[in-house]
Formats: sequence, structure tokens, C-alpha cells
Amino acid sequence: MPAQMSISFEQQLVAHRDYLLKFARLQLRNESWAEDAVSETIVAALGKPQSFGNRSQLKTWLVGILKHKVIDIFRMNARTVAVESNPDTGYAGDDLDGLVFKANGHFAQPPADWGNPEQDLQSQQFFLILEACTEKMPAAMGRVFLMREWLELSSNEICKELGLSPTNLYVTMHRARLRLRECLELNWFGTRPGLP
Amino acid sequence: MLFMPTCKEAAALLIANEDRVISLTDRTRMRLHLRACKTCPNFERQLLIMRNAMHQWRNYTEDAPQNRDETLESRAP
Repeated sequence: MPAQMSISFEQQLVAHRDYLLKFARLQLRNESWAEDAVSETIVAALGKPQSFGNRSQLKTWLVGILKHKVIDIFRMNARTVAVESNPDTGYAGDDLDGLVFKANGHFAQPPADWGNPEQDLQSQQFFLILEACTEKMPAAMGRVFLMREWLELSSNEICKELGLSPTNLYVTMHRARLRLRECLELNWFGTRPGLP
Repeated sequence: MLFMPTCKEAAALLIANEDRVISLTDRTRMRLHLRACKTCPNFERQLLIMRNAMHQWRNYTEDAPQNRDETLESRAP
């Protein structure tokens, strides 16, 4: 019965709405853009239910559509995004180097041994911390970081999409990775909630 | 002449290596430092763990735990 099937397909799509919205928010850092991206993803998916075959892969398929919608939205708002993305104007002063390193170039606090975190990487709690650390980055930094780590764009593509110079991109990624490391060390690996 | 970089410089090179191809000279200086330094190998290992974690997170869905498997080699920039 085609009618019944389409209703259940729609319900399945809506069930993934919150999951999609989480990624859209993290990447776009703008509530209305995020909602647009998710709505357009669901509309696009509804328009071609035949192109997804395996029910268990529905989420993966939707995330794939969402990634394209997110890039469309960045392009539609290119000017705003470009202004916010410049590390000199977007989040000047956000520089961990001075805290992480001493004047002589040594670590102020030697990096800890994170052990062999096979178990950490199986833990849903670990990924909640990881997401919280990403969310805490300044918006422009978070966008660049997730373009690299979630959209998996090349450095060249990110520069093009955001109107960034390669230097600005590398400065931003440097700060983002240092911040993520600090945040994970502070909130996960330093505390090891699973251990006594 | 290859001057021995500080931890700060070595760490910056290790981070840069996640996002772009660094020059052979810089790579050599970085390796020299890592061989001599007690603390920076931990930093290198942390970056690898973060890379694996992001990989895992990207593929993470509640209903299907993914395999995680990456090497120390740099990704394509």
C-alpha cells in the first residue's frame, strides 16, 4: 500500500529531526539557518524516498543530504560568514598559546598520558563531552573546525567557502585543536569518570 | 642548519600536520624534537587520539557502533 508506506517514511524522517538539528546547529552556529537546513533536508528526502534502500542507513543518508544543505546555506550567507570567520575580527584575542606554553617554549603543564582510550571511544558520554567542547568554541572557530572534521572539506575548499586566507585557516585550526585538547584533558582524560 | 625547535614550535608543527603537508625541513625538526623531548610524544599521541575520536564521532550513530582504525600517518590536506 503506497499511501501507508509514505506515511511511515515521513514519520521515520521526523524521528531523526533532533539528531539532524544537533549537527546543523554545531556546524552553522545560527538557529534559524540550522532549522532551514534540517527542514530542507527532510523536504528533499520526502521528495525521493526511492533513493534510500536500506532502512538502517536512513540516518546516514539524511546526514549526507544535510551536509549539502549546510554548504548551500553557507554560500547563501557568504558575506556574513566571511566577516565572522576572520580570526582578526571574528574572535580576536582567543589565543591559548600564552596559557599552554611558558615564555621559554616549554609546556606550562606537560601533556598527560591519555592512555589507550579504546573504552573512551566506545562511550556515549565521551562523545557528549566532545560535542560540548566543540560547542564551546567561538562560533567562527567552531564553523571552521567542523567544516574540516564533520563536513570533511579540504583546506582549500574551506578557504573558498569562508573567504579565508590559508594563513587564517591554519591559525584558526591551530587554536581550535589546542582548545579541544585542553577541554578533553580537563573534562575527560584528567578526571576519568570511569576510574576510582 | 637545523635548530632544535621548542615544545611550542614542535606542537605547532604537529598540529599543522593535521591540516596540511609540512615541509621536509619542518618534519625533520619536529622528529628531532620528539626524539629528544620527554613530554611532546604525549602531545603527539593526544592528537592521534583526537583524530580517531573525531573520526568515530563523524560515523557515530546510536544504532551502529563503527570500527575505528587510523594510523599515525597524516591525512590528505
